[in-house]
Amino acid sequence: MSWHSLSARKLREALAFMVFRLAMLVVLLSLGGILLFVLIHGLGSLSWEFISQPPRNSMTEGGIFPAIMGTIYLTLGAILVALPLGVAASIYLSEYASDGRILKVVRLGIQNLAGVPSVVFGLFGLGLFVVFFGMGVSILAGSLTLGLLILPTVIGASEEALRQVPSTFREASLALGATRWQTIRKVVLPAALPGILTGSILGIGRAAGETAPIMFTAATFYTLYLPDSIFSQVMALPYHIYVLATAGTHIAQTRPLQYGTVLVLICLVLGLSLVAIITRTRMRRTKKW
Amino acid sequence: MVDAPEPIISVEDLNFYYSESQALTNINLKIVRSQVTALIGPSGCGKSTFLRLLNRMNDLIPGTRVEGRVIFEGVNLYGPEVDPVQVRRRIGMVFQKPNPFPKSIYNNVAYGPRLHGLRDRAKLDELVERSLKAAAIWEEVKDILHQSALGLSGGQQQRLCIARAVAMEPEVLLMDEPTSALDPIATARIEELVKELKRNYTVIIVTHNMQQAARVSDETAFFYMGRLVEMGPTEEIFTRPRKEQTEHYITGRFG
Repeated sequence: MSWHSLSARKLREALAFMVFRLAMLVVLLSLGGILLFVLIHGLGSLSWEFISQPPRNSMTEGGIFPAIMGTIYLTLGAILVALPLGVAASIYLSEYASDGRILKVVRLGIQNLAGVPSVVFGLFGLGLFVVFFGMGVSILAGSLTLGLLILPTVIGASEEALRQVPSTFREASLALGATRWQTIRKVVLPAALPGILTGSILGIGRAAGETAPIMFTAATFYTLYLPDSIFSQVMALPYHIYVLATAGTHIAQTRPLQYGTVLVLICLVLGLSLVAIITRTRMRRTKKW
Repeated sequence: MVDAPEPIISVEDLNFYYSESQALTNINLKIVRSQVTALIGPSGCGKSTFLRLLNRMNDLIPGTRVEGRVIFEGVNLYGPEVDPVQVRRRIGMVFQKPNPFPKSIYNNVAYGPRLHGLRDRAKLDELVERSLKAAAIWEEVKDILHQSALGLSGGQQQRLCIARAVAMEPEVLLMDEPTSALDPIATARIEELVKELKRNYTVIIVTHNMQQAARVSDETAFFYMGRLVEMGPTEEIFTRPRKEQTEHYITGRFG
């Protein structure tokens, strides 16, 4: 082997690493770029009025308070739907169901549910909840639709959390004469709860940011009023952005408001993820099995 | 010859299968009340499997099958009317690795009694204290009852697990290599404890450690390749084994 070929190999290695570095740089730059872009354009329109007042003058002035509240209602509703359903399903899948073909099919179904485009969820919600069950365009219909959308996330997170509970806990409980259900309720679920919650918070982040599932089922273009029941329509941040971007008639005036709304939405979603990450690290630190 | 004392458990023609492979063949033995019985034998000989058959823990493994009878206080534990949950209330178990729940020391011990409906605070307090004393750990934990059990040392955790099993006031205590994850000092304390426990409980202990079997047990059963080779008073098994295989094992020729 000559010295020459060695240096050629070193050169190739250096090149390869350069490519990897560049790839990473592109990823970081695009994330940073988006954030920076939104910050620069949106920061100017942020004010107390912006987050506490309804829009005025065909959305060229005022704030986005109803949209913030609408998104909070929808997200809470989605989690109320998805958390009990998802946790129950994951308990069945990981604690009760015995391995076999049926379980495989169910798992495959859940994975595919995660891959369904969100606009399909929107149309499904429109067909089932809005029209068939007659809920109308409402918080209820939107929450149910969003809940279904994030169901695979919640199930996945819960299953993972349940799997991480050591089987020795289950054995210990059963050996004390506990039934399976007592074991799940008193030992397994409490131990899995941090994982279930953090996974679900990530799901909430997704629900908060989706436009398509709510545009037919819950969101309205403009309302001055806060919802008075679960059958009310609401404004919502993602839909508000969509409307401002596509249907505005005073583009020059609405554009800053649009960036402001985007900034608020991103803060909301990133904030939720941050909460999830902090909770997870804190829970991890206290438990050690 | 004196009449043998009435056994608390007698096992009759027991066969056990993990799906297709047979793990235990034709086991017949009697466990004497209020004594310590040691189950010894090389890895994979079926001694732990046998132990877990006594409180129906093997029911939890899919694809297993049991033939024969385990008579406990006159009832066949594998009879159709017997609920395994009820069996486990009366036959307690301590595992190889200490496995306290991620709960406080108090709540670990109170877990079993609470499951079965004990809510009275004073009675629970009393039972927790009595159980921790029986497991020789009360003095070490009486001031930290409401701290997490996971903060205890391995040996303390194992004694806590014994206390947790004792709190159910079982008649039999099964111990599956309870000291294999512990250091020598912690091991010595558990061995002392086992000798204490036989005053109130029948103890069946699986061990890899033959000195341990010799130190703590009254009766010893030697398992090899899924069969019970020989069972008798510990002293006899260790000084005058009747079977060659037993002698080879206890003198360390294999295992």
